[in-house]
Amino acid sequence: MCKRHGNEEETWFAEAVLDLLPALLSGALSMAASRADAEDLVADAVARAWERRADLRERDRLRGWLFRILRNCFLSERRRRHARPHEISLSGEGEEDASFSLFERLHQPFLLWWGNPEQEFLNTLLEEDLERAVNGLPEHHRVVVVLADVQGFSYAEVAEVLELPVGTVRSRLARARSRLQEALWNHAVERGLKEPEARVRGLLE
Amino acid sequence: MNARTSDREPIDCEEALERLAAYLDQELDRTGRDEMERHLERCRSCFSRAEFERRLKERIQRGLVLDEVPREFEERIRTLLGRRASES
Ligand SMILES: [Zn+2]
Repeated sequence: MCKRHGNEEETWFAEAVLDLLPALLSGALSMAASRADAEDLVADAVARAWERRADLRERDRLRGWLFRILRNCFLSERRRRHARPHEISLSGEGEEDASFSLFERLHQPFLLWWGNPEQEFLNTLLEEDLERAVNGLPEHHRVVVVLADVQGFSYAEVAEVLELPVGTVRSRLARARSRLQEALWNHAVERGLKEPEARVRGLLE
Repeated sequence: MNARTSDREPIDCEEALERLAAYLDQELDRTGRDEMERHLERCRSCFSRAEFERRLKERIQRGLVLDEVPREFEERIRTLLGRRASES
C-alpha cells in the first residue's frame, strides 16, 4: 500500500470511528458495570479495531464490525475478572416468558382511565423511568434492547455482534422487552401513576 | 395447495400479535407486511396495540440514545487514534 493511500485510509477510519463514538459508548454502557468501565471498554475496542483495520473488507460494515470487537473486548475482560466464567446469562433462559404486556395492563377496565390510557402512560413516562428500567435488566437482555431499540440494529446485525442465531436474537428481544415493560409498569405503580380521580380533578380545574 | 391463495388468506388477531414485533422492527418480508397491514386496517384492537408498541419503542429510542459523548472522552479516543496513526 502506498503511503498516501494508507494515510487516506487511516483518516477515513479515524473519522468514521469518531462518528460512531456515541453509539459505541451507548453499547458499552449496556454491557459494562460503570461509566468508567464503559469508556475503557470503548478505548480498548478502538485500539483493537485500529490494529485489525485491514480485516475490514467493506466500509459499510464498519458499525457491525466495531460492535463485534466491542462485544469481544467486554467478554474477554469479564473472563479475565472472573477466573471461572459463570454462565448466568444462559441458565434458565428457555423458561423465561415474554408474555407481560403493558398495553394489556393499561387496558384493564377497572382502572377507569380518562381518555387514552396508553398515550397518557407514554406522556408521563420519564427519562429516569426508562433508564432505571433498562439498567435493571440482566446484561444479556439489556444489550439486545440497546442494540435493537436504541441503536436500530436489524436482527441480523444484532446476531452478528452477539454471535447468536437470528432466532435466538428474536426470542431474547421478546423476553427483554417483556421484562422492560413489566419494570416500567412496576415503577409507574410505585409512583402512584394510576390516580384517575386526581386526573379528572386536574381536567376540571 | 396453491401458494397464491394461501398468501391471500387473511391473518387473525393471534397471528397478528405473533408478528407484531417483527412488523414494527421492519423484519417482515413484503407479503408478511401486507398481510399485517391489511389486518391492522380492519382490526381496531390490534391497531391500538401496534400504535402503543410503536410509540413505546420510539420513546425508548429517544430517551436512551446518546447524542454525544463527554468532551474529555472524545479527546481520549482522538489521542489514541492519533498516536496509533503516527506510529504506523
Ligand atoms: Zn386483530
